Amino acid sequence: MLSVQETSAPVNFSPELITKFDDVVSRYPKGKQKSALLPILHLVQAEFGWVSPPAMDKVAAYLDIQPIEVYEVASFYTMYFLKPQGKYMLEVCRTGPCETVGASKIIDHVEQTLGVKEGDVTPDGLFSWRGVECLAACGYGPVLQIGPEYTFYENLTNESVDTLIADLRRKAGN
Amino acid sequence: MGRKLLLEHINVPGINTFDVYRSKGGYASVEKALKTLTPDEVVEEVKKSGLRGRGGAGFPTGMKWSFLAKPEGVARYLVCNADESEPGTFKDRYLMTHIPHLLIEGMIVASYALGAKTSYIYVRGEMMPQIRILEKAIAEAKAKGFLGTNILGTGYDLELYVQPGGGAYICGEETALLESLEGKRGNPRIKPPFPAIAGLYGCPTVVNNVESIAAVVPIVNEGGEEYAKVGIGRSTGTKLISAGGNLKRPGVYEIELGVPVEEFIYGDEYCQGIANGKRLKAVVAGGSSVPILPANLILKTINNESRLMSYESLADGGFATGTMMGSGGFIAYDEDQCIVRNTWNFARFYHHESCGQCSPCREGTGWMEKVLHRLEYGHGKMIDMDLLVDVSKKIEGNTICPLGDAAAWPVASAIRHFRNEFEWHVTNAHEVTTRNYGLAHYADPLPLLEKAEA
Repeated sequence: MLSVQETSAPVNFSPELITKFDDVVSRYPKGKQKSALLPILHLVQAEFGWVSPPAMDKVAAYLDIQPIEVYEVASFYTMYFLKPQGKYMLEVCRTGPCETVGASKIIDHVEQTLGVKEGDVTPDGLFSWRGVECLAACGYGPVLQIGPEYTFYENLTNESVDTLIADLRRKAGN
Repeated sequence: MGRKLLLEHINVPGINTFDVYRSKGGYASVEKALKTLTPDEVVEEVKKSGLRGRGGAGFPTGMKWSFLAKPEGVARYLVCNADESEPGTFKDRYLMTHIPHLLIEGMIVASYALGAKTSYIYVRGEMMPQIRILEKAIAEAKAKGFLGTNILGTGYDLELYVQPGGGAYICGEETALLESLEGKRGNPRIKPPFPAIAGLYGCPTVVNNVESIAAVVPIVNEGGEEYAKVGIGRSTGTKLISAGGNLKRPGVYEIELGVPVEEFIYGDEYCQGIANGKRLKAVVAGGSSVPILPANLILKTINNESRLMSYESLADGGFATGTMMGSGGFIAYDEDQCIVRNTWNFARFYHHESCGQCSPCREGTGWMEKVLHRLEYGHGKMIDMDLLVDVSKKIEGNTICPLGDAAAWPVASAIRHFRNEFEWHVTNAHEVTTRNYGLAHYADPLPLLEKAEA
């Protein structure tokens, strides 16, 4: 459940972001600007870390569609975060081929190392994690990815996960 | 060594750039098609090639193209399905990552053949690095005059865009993909009308897989008849197989269709056998949605002939003893793998990915997941196996799109071939509840292949 503070925080789209929106809309025929919805939600999430209700309302206004049309899309697709997440979201593949090469153990290790349950945020605000379905890298499992760039890490071991998390902590200055 | 029609230059340094790709003969098919062939002649070459859709369904690509309606004054679209999400399948990601211009080249030729002036590559949203790679390649091709207005001075115009998805397996289904491309939830449409009549924005549209479109390049370069000489029977050409699971050398391989499965698993040119000296227990040959086969049946048909990597041979015997080529997602399981756990894992996947539009799929996949979960964790009952088969039958064929079938087949086939392993989970519940993930617990070697690793 979102708190009132989270949902009511105002959102401002910078002119640079609007320019990116305009570029996306130009790819579709006139009157079919709704096609830009998924790419624009990605841009919003990359900018703000999640897609908040005020941001979705503004996207609806920009695309000249109803807010519900944005909500139903944002809630259908798994990539859009409807609540704030850690700065780094570790998405670990948990599906068949990765499972055969040890995904469950990697997920256990990520959970223990970060000390938070799936979908929660570490106290320092840096990390969240979740299990995701097949990431299409089945020959190189176990794998995980980190948004918003979706950098990819293959053939994971507990040690490589430790190194990865330490590197991200260092990068964030902690 | 088999012929390589798609990945021949994959190891050339810089092949992801326009200049290197061009220096290796890249974009020759665009020149040939736009300058010397009519659109109908390109379609004819694809028909002659016998190319079957490489996304999983295996429908003849040329025939699909020839169904495209061509009303006057109405736009037509080509949409590339790059929403690769089928567990076990990672060939399109590989192709887009390493040789993106092959896809761009195929898109130009196919768009020309279909009369499309705007085309989209719908890429799975999670593949952001691949999206950036493709956008860079498109910009390069455009700068060199292979995209945009008046391509190569032929008067043909084409704009090509990359569209990111939002994370939903169902968008690999072509009508769900079109809904998503229109900015909506990925709910599959009822067919008919088929996209060839009413697709994107209600206009005639062809949706093809990445590999299918890439295959158009060698088809136009060499001619459809030459392409059809590669492969076996009605399985013409080459196929990208993405091999994962417990293989010694997993990865993406381009095979000539018709290679024996045994050679693919154990041959030096391919996967080199099962990892860690284990024995082969089972294989999912074409992505998670196709029936699983135990080792003996994936290597030999019921008539004791070598099973081949071809559409016909893999399906030989029907679902009782055969499987499907599907997307080419080849997953091998060693003797330590638990079929119940694996089946539960896939059931969870399909439950998670069901769009929820059709009740049999929305509810049935959830029930299958729950029943398999209790079996896997030692709370199963003997009646569960019959229950699972019953539920799978009630999903199969009763949904708008094939996701229902895709969810039903792995469960039904696992119980068909490994029923005693499911029963073991019930009769040895205590061992099941106390064991660690992924450890061997199943003593009966019935489905195992007696083949020692070198």
